Amino acid sequence: MEMNTTQQRTLNTGSQRLTKSRNKSTWILHLMVLPAVILAFIFSYLPMSGIIMAFQDYKAALGITGSPWVGLKHFQYMFQNEYFLQITWNTLFFACSKIIMNLVIPFIFALLLNEVRHMGFKRSIQTFVYLPHFLSWVTLGGILIDMLAQTGIINQFLTSVFGIKPIFFLGDGNWFRFTIIFSDVWKEFGFNTIIFLAALAGINPALYEAAEVDGAGRFKQTLYITIPSLIPITIVVATLALGNVLNANFDQIFNLYNPLIYQQGDIIDTFVYREGLLTGQFSFATAVSLFKSVISLVLIVISYRLAYKFAGYRIF
Amino acid sequence: MYHKTLPYRIFSIINYTFLAIVAILCLLPMLHLLMVSFSSQAPANAGLVKFWPIGFTLEAYAKTFDNANFLSSLWVSVERTVLGTALAMVVNTAAAYALSKESRTFRARNIYLWYFVVTMLFSGGLIPGYILILKLGLMNTLAALILPGLVTVYNIILLLNFFRNVPKDLEEAAFIDGAGYLRTFISVYLPISLPAIATVSLFIMVGHWNAYFDGLIYIKESEKLPLASFMQTIIVQADMTKFDPTVVQNLSQRTIRASQIFIGALPILLVYPFLQRYFVKGIVIGAVKE
Repeated sequence: MEMNTTQQRTLNTGSQRLTKSRNKSTWILHLMVLPAVILAFIFSYLPMSGIIMAFQDYKAALGITGSPWVGLKHFQYMFQNEYFLQITWNTLFFACSKIIMNLVIPFIFALLLNEVRHMGFKRSIQTFVYLPHFLSWVTLGGILIDMLAQTGIINQFLTSVFGIKPIFFLGDGNWFRFTIIFSDVWKEFGFNTIIFLAALAGINPALYEAAEVDGAGRFKQTLYITIPSLIPITIVVATLALGNVLNANFDQIFNLYNPLIYQQGDIIDTFVYREGLLTGQFSFATAVSLFKSVISLVLIVISYRLAYKFAGYRIF
Repeated sequence: MYHKTLPYRIFSIINYTFLAIVAILCLLPMLHLLMVSFSSQAPANAGLVKFWPIGFTLEAYAKTFDNANFLSSLWVSVERTVLGTALAMVVNTAAAYALSKESRTFRARNIYLWYFVVTMLFSGGLIPGYILILKLGLMNTLAALILPGLVTVYNIILLLNFFRNVPKDLEEAAFIDGAGYLRTFISVYLPISLPAIATVSLFIMVGHWNAYFDGLIYIKESEKLPLASFMQTIIVQADMTKFDPTVVQNLSQRTIRASQIFIGALPILLVYPFLQRYFVKGIVIGAVKE
């Protein structure tokens, strides 16, 4: 009896301590988030307030508080500007082509890689095709400019094998577009297959066994099991990409373009950089990027909603 | 069974060959550049070098390392990468740990999360960011390259998803032993999360090493430029008037350009094999969830 009460007491204090530990004071957790909160405030939230420049004629000497208000002047100018329509079209064209290519090619590549049964071979292939993703567009820009030059190795190859005249890859608008899309796919397709490979690894092997018993060959198995199993993740990737249709990859275009092909190669971000920082039209450039941010925000929210609705995707 | 059928074997042979060719195509550009950098000037300029050096010489590398601008940029990049990664890991893991707590225990959690997610969805854009750096007096400083990108919400989410998978019992045990949140974070969570921490820090390192644009707009003194920005000005931009003309003349040679591109990419090529082991898992945790 006495034993029991002592035991009871220890148990009680034990569970009390447990509850107490669960209710540990959380001030230290606030403290741990604090540095990130402060940094995000300074470097993300303060610039957001800077967008009021888009409604002013910003003068550096007067600052945001002293510059004159001009209402929607910059937005009016933007929509009446034919060149702005051109670069919006360019941005959409580059982004959409890349989104489609970066969905289709990794999908096919993952299917082909999935047929490799030799693990060593599979892993080496993966190692090689992921590599370009980690190199910067400065490095790749340098390499591509060298290789795609009129006398570069690619034109030499084309001339000697097909006997055609050297192609001006980076100086001719249509070839420039092709080069941008192709080099982006080349850099990213390997890395983009990761997500499909992960989905492939999650397919229940029993499905294949059952199909095999029913007499389905590998092609039919792929058609009726593998491809349908990849559809949900494909929908997630595709809908999330929607939020990016106004981002056509600044780094890539900035490192490959030149005044010769502005007409076909300029995108919203490169235009903002030139108009804003090089020409010094701070207010106009801010108006353009505000327009882009707002549209992007709407698209991102829509895309996350859709991804959640169709495939139950959440980020955290 | 299908593995043994003849059509599947034929398919396999074609498939293996095709994949091998694709993989090689991913490496060839780097290989070509490496060979150009090892070749002597004349055959390289004439475009004779393919995938084997002609007139093997290390002269281009000697000249590259003789260039004071290149060396100072290399140092800035090393400094930036080490400092930037260390700071980012402290700030981001601490925030991720706190945010990985249930909102029952840490009531403000969801408010903080939305506060961070908003910065992912909307930004002030290039010009307000630039003016902020100008106003804060950070022009021409290392801080301008490190501080703005220190908090990466994507990485915080990746880490917090990882921390959440750590068994709760471990934390309970630490609490019973008298540890607080901070102590539990340092002695229990950090050691157990090494793969995730390695993945994220390597991502941040690669990001810092490759970043060129902030250097281009925030750094006006050439000896403070990080390597990627320096290379961008020398290799990619046609306008080189910003720099000493004799330097430019030396650098415009094809072999030297090749050696610089290669040295610039070298740290990535070196850490890549180690990074590669972890990142697939790390990304999958961050991307595919039920």
